[in-house]
Amino acid sequence: MSKPVVATTSLAGCFGCHMSILDIDERILTLIELVEFNKSPVDDIKTFTKPVDIGLIEGGVCNSENVEVLKSFRKNCKILVSLGECAIMGGLPALRNGIPIEECLHEAYIGGPTVQLNKDGIMPNDDELPMLLDKVYPCHEIVKIDYFLPGCPPRADLIWDALVALVTGDPMKLPYEVVKFD
Amino acid sequence: MSNLIKFKIDGKECMAEAGKFIVDAAADNGIYIPTLCNMKGVKPKGACRICSVRINGRLMTSCTTPVTDGMEIESNSAEIQDLRKSIIELLFVSGNHFCPACEKSGNCELQALAYRYQMMVPRYPYEFPMKPVDASSPRIIKDQNRCIFCKRCIKTIKDKNGRSYFVFRNRGHKLEVVLDEEMGKTIDIATAHLAMENCPVGSILVKEKGFDTPIGKRKFDKEPIGSDIKL
Repeated sequence: MSKPVVATTSLAGCFGCHMSILDIDERILTLIELVEFNKSPVDDIKTFTKPVDIGLIEGGVCNSENVEVLKSFRKNCKILVSLGECAIMGGLPALRNGIPIEECLHEAYIGGPTVQLNKDGIMPNDDELPMLLDKVYPCHEIVKIDYFLPGCPPRADLIWDALVALVTGDPMKLPYEVVKFD
Repeated sequence: MSNLIKFKIDGKECMAEAGKFIVDAAADNGIYIPTLCNMKGVKPKGACRICSVRINGRLMTSCTTPVTDGMEIESNSAEIQDLRKSIIELLFVSGNHFCPACEKSGNCELQALAYRYQMMVPRYPYEFPMKPVDASSPRIIKDQNRCIFCKRCIKTIKDKNGRSYFVFRNRGHKLEVVLDEEMGKTIDIATAHLAMENCPVGSILVKEKGFDTPIGKRKFDKEPIGSDIKL
């Protein structure tokens, strides 16, 4: 039997959840015995090359590129897992929700106290750049998500237990200490 | 102790003084019923409905209902657990509760209840309402993003003449709990700290106080809320 395939991505996140995946320490050696990685920043595979069993999504959805990546994950993965607060509820990027997008961009590129070099008051407008969405969306408001692992970042033990449970099909233990929102 | 009465919670025989509210009577018998807007020593209000139990087929708030002789209370059924969880989820989506960036995280009762009921994700869509933060007082920050209208601050934080520092403003969906502008200017540091402590969430913060307890040592890091209630 071939190994289950795992893919991961970071949308509007800080890569902290990926750091937490690495935080499983020496169990990473067992992990690569258990699963094979496909599209993921971990192995730097950029596009899906085969059907994937488990997709881990870090980060919320803040722009058109995030929407596209998330939809391609839904299309290529049997199981999708929202990893961390940003994927579950938008997280810190969602602090901008409720502030008009123009105001955000103005603060970042023109009016902000640390803006010094942008004398012509240019806002990024290249066609190549993904369009910002009106607000940051939780992943499950864009596509169907099967499981949620909260935490900022989710504890390494929580990620490990969830992956093992998904791969082996055994029920998952959820001790009190591992389910935290911070 | 002549006024002791017998009642049952989830089939367990309990005893309490007649007239005690169900939450307190249950706690005396080692049974935890979750509360959020309720505070010991303060007249209960039954606002948050977290403490709902089923008595005689009807849902009642156990913080406002006194026990009576022979009462049969259903508290731990799957239906009521789910009802409580749904209330927690509603509170999370109707405000802006960014736990990773909140000073009260780890000591927050709303968050602790979400942990206890293992809320992985709310079943309702996030509202992300636009709410102001009032930092005009020299001592206190009142963050409306996190307020759950429990009224605990209004009922407990008063000056020596019995006037409340916090008041309700507006009605309906515009309702907010605000710090009285004039009284907020003169609030002393001890009262400000008490206000922060009595707030179940991170809506009332004392200025110039940040994260001072490391993760792992905060109130609800190791033990779920309600762990202190046992026989």
